[in-house]
Amino acid sequence: MTAYDLGIPTVSGLDGVPTTDQPSTPADFKSDQEVRWCPGCGDYVVLNTMQSFLPTLGLRRENIVFVSGIGCSSRFPYYMDTYGFHSIHGRATAIATGLAVERPDLSVWVITGDGDSLSIGGNHLIHLLRRNVNVKVLLFNNRIYGLTKGQYSPTSEVGKRTKSSPAGSVDHPFNPLALALGADATFVGRALDSDKAGLTEVLSAAARHRGSAFVEIYQNCPIFNDGAFDALKDKHASAGRLLRLGAGQPMTFGADERKYAVVGDGPGGLTIADASNVAPDDVVVHQPDHERAGYSYALARLDETFPEVTPVGIFRDVVRPTYDDEVRAQISGQAMSSERLQDVLLGKDSWLVG
Amino acid sequence: MTTTKPEGHTSRVVIRFAGDSGDGMQLVGDRFSAQSAAFGNDLATLPNFPAEIRAPQGTVPGVSSFQIHFADYDILTPGDRPDVLVAMNPAALMANLGDVEKGSTIVANSDEFTTRNLAKVGYDDNPLTDGSLESYVVHSVAMTTITRAALADTGLSKKDADRCRNLFALGLLSWMYSRPIESTEKFLRSKFASKPDIADANVLALHTGWNYGETTESIAAELAVGPATLPTGQYRQVNGNAALAYGLATAGYLSQRSVVLGAYPITPASDILHNLSLLKDLGVVTLQVEDEIAGVCTALGASYGGALGVTATSGPGMALKAEAIGLGVMTELPLVVVDVQRGGPSTGLPTKTEQADLLMAIHGRNGESPVPVLAPSSPADCFDIAIEAATIALRYRTPVIILSDGAVANGSEPWRVPSVADLPSIEVNLAAAPNALDGSGKHWPYVRDPETLARDWAIPGTAGLEHRIGGLEKSADTGEISYDPTNHDTMVRLRQAKVDGVLVPDLEVDDPSGQAEILILGWGSTFGPIGAGVRRARTQGVQVARAHLRHLNPLPRNLDAIVGAYSHVVVAEMNLGQLAKILRARTLSSIETLSKVTGQPFLAEEIEKYIIEFSASQEQA
Ligand code: SF4
Repeated sequence: MTAYDLGIPTVSGLDGVPTTDQPSTPADFKSDQEVRWCPGCGDYVVLNTMQSFLPTLGLRRENIVFVSGIGCSSRFPYYMDTYGFHSIHGRATAIATGLAVERPDLSVWVITGDGDSLSIGGNHLIHLLRRNVNVKVLLFNNRIYGLTKGQYSPTSEVGKRTKSSPAGSVDHPFNPLALALGADATFVGRALDSDKAGLTEVLSAAARHRGSAFVEIYQNCPIFNDGAFDALKDKHASAGRLLRLGAGQPMTFGADERKYAVVGDGPGGLTIADASNVAPDDVVVHQPDHERAGYSYALARLDETFPEVTPVGIFRDVVRPTYDDEVRAQISGQAMSSERLQDVLLGKDSWLVG
Repeated sequence: MTTTKPEGHTSRVVIRFAGDSGDGMQLVGDRFSAQSAAFGNDLATLPNFPAEIRAPQGTVPGVSSFQIHFADYDILTPGDRPDVLVAMNPAALMANLGDVEKGSTIVANSDEFTTRNLAKVGYDDNPLTDGSLESYVVHSVAMTTITRAALADTGLSKKDADRCRNLFALGLLSWMYSRPIESTEKFLRSKFASKPDIADANVLALHTGWNYGETTESIAAELAVGPATLPTGQYRQVNGNAALAYGLATAGYLSQRSVVLGAYPITPASDILHNLSLLKDLGVVTLQVEDEIAGVCTALGASYGGALGVTATSGPGMALKAEAIGLGVMTELPLVVVDVQRGGPSTGLPTKTEQADLLMAIHGRNGESPVPVLAPSSPADCFDIAIEAATIALRYRTPVIILSDGAVANGSEPWRVPSVADLPSIEVNLAAAPNALDGSGKHWPYVRDPETLARDWAIPGTAGLEHRIGGLEKSADTGEISYDPTNHDTMVRLRQAKVDGVLVPDLEVDDPSGQAEILILGWGSTFGPIGAGVRRARTQGVQVARAHLRHLNPLPRNLDAIVGAYSHVVVAEMNLGQLAKILRARTLSSIETLSKVTGQPFLAEEIEKYIIEFSASQEQA
């Protein structure tokens, strides 16, 4: 009896996916296709990180699938020498749901962008997350439409001037992590495209999480939204902004001259305080498996009280039965027999003629 | 006490049960059908109910009805006009009287013909007593009073007792037509197994109705309709949506693929979702997802993984699925899309039938996006069509659209259940080894079978065959993205040729004399009314040919020859001439249209009238 027969999620998101003893290298995951993003695009680094990271999972290459929608980042599957499905705008999450239900032996990854998953595909994204389908969703957030050449996106800041918003966008942007948590996502993380170590850590935990993993990757688009995340990448500037989350670690950040700490703020709330005024015991210790989703939500909304702060790492990682496991548990698992099928066709009220 | 049953025999009867949507008419109709089927009659049924779940009580829009046609020969339609109308209230009478021929029988629940209820639908006087129904045989039966009296000792409230009136009506009609009621008794006992008092009350009401007929001299038992001589075999009663679900599950078994349905609830297709949801122990997966687009996308995702992906919907849902079906065309993955057509455009008439999605099914996607399209001709045919659609989808790696409609989906008929062991298996032939034509040892996903033009389909998990597919144009050989103009031209033509080349059986023409000048062509659910109308015209000595299309794309190869052989070709369809338009373009013949868009199926008499008038005009000319 497997664990999901009992309705208890198995430990790893990779359980059931065949492994191999043959060590693989990043080169094994590079397809023969020429990579065609613009020079300097953040997608390159994410691709490289992924290709270096996958060998560490020890999976059989043929059991890994990348599904994408439409947008610059959605070309990603073409560059991976795994199975890949470049689908239609916004629907990768729905396609991946069907695939994950049908094939528990696959590690399924969705590559999407802010337009693809938060505008046209917003509905499928929230439903995938609430169902907790065993699929890893990597949202490349460049806060702009790249492929269609530079319109504002659902994560563009208010006032953004683009070809389609010459007077400045009046749209209030989504906070993708808050959205995912609102949809009851069981794994939520964030990383910077350029931060190989940080990204690898989040990807690695996401892969092993059984259920939906939602990872926002801040991705620079040098052509249409250059420098959107520069403040987080510059060593000096980032010190007062970047909050690296570590499970069981007190949440502090900042440079020597100015240190900050995350402290409680009213019922369920979090805020930032000057670390020098906070007793060590009052600094909130990060708990990705906190029993309250509100905790993770408050973390995702820290910028409400302190606009500069950007937490990165794993915000939330909790256990809940996964949709695909539960769907499979409801079907008996035995192969269809002609006798049982015949019984169904005859029904309860058949009669003989002749 | 003597039984007043006459000795005698009649060949066919049409009964329509009509009442308020809360009166349980669908249940009564279902049971009467089951009783008749078990008795050995051939039969066809037509439920008709309001789109609103709770339409205002006692009003014409709130009327729900169920018509059943049973006979001692193979019948083709649910019948045009009821020989007996059961009217549970004034609204039911008003809504249905127009369909009842003079001389026919009306059985009315007189208790409901109160001043208030009459006024609600605009009757000034009580039609049961004012003489306006003189030319009908009217049986006024105080169903409410009698049922309440019979159930007085059960301790049921008046309201609950009144809920049993429908069983009284069923009992009475069962007596009139000598339908055995034991199976209904059994049905009620199992339906209300957890509420034995309710079961008792319903059974009592059923017997009370039967006994009322037996003991009242006012109603004459009708002539018995004997069993039909159907081909030998094991039979059951089935409606179109159920037969379709069974066909899909069977196709899964025959192809050794799991069946994965992605669907969003929509009238009148939801029963496909319900029926398949009951087949989990056969390994059928049903996903009720967030919207119509997710329905088709989850199905396609499952197909990509090697399943038989299925999505089922009606017109508005079809409109939403178009882009994803196009992705299925481009990626050449198997997919079965069921469109149970209803009246449109927009929300239209959710519970009424129409065939106006034909052009959308064939052409309604961006780009040159050919898909095979099939249409079942009767409820039982849905089983065969589902297997055929799945076979084409898997064999040719393509989405296939099944155009059912409200009449076929909700109508029912006896179905000769096939022996599963006798059904041929469906060969899928997944790619298992690298196939690159340049000997590179890679997998080229768009290398084709020269005969079917189906591409080599490798599913994830197949070692050494890792590859990428998607919605962008593919190079005809390697399958890589290609924007090359000549390649696109090649691929557009290849996709078209593949679908054009799908093998479909030749069209059979029914022209007994071989002398007919007029050919009536139909497709889908018009099979029954056209067949019956043609049969009636022939009994009047008119020569008329008929043929029925189950394959709408591609069309049978002998179609042109058939159309060319008749001086008059008429397509009868429930739209403004969509198939006729396609056939004119294909055959360059002048093809006429007999169209009906009332939300109701054709009546046999409408087809008959058309043929008779045509023949008269020919004689004059
Ligand atoms: S447009 Fe921007 S996001 Fe797209 S490939 Fe170029 S740099 Fe990358």
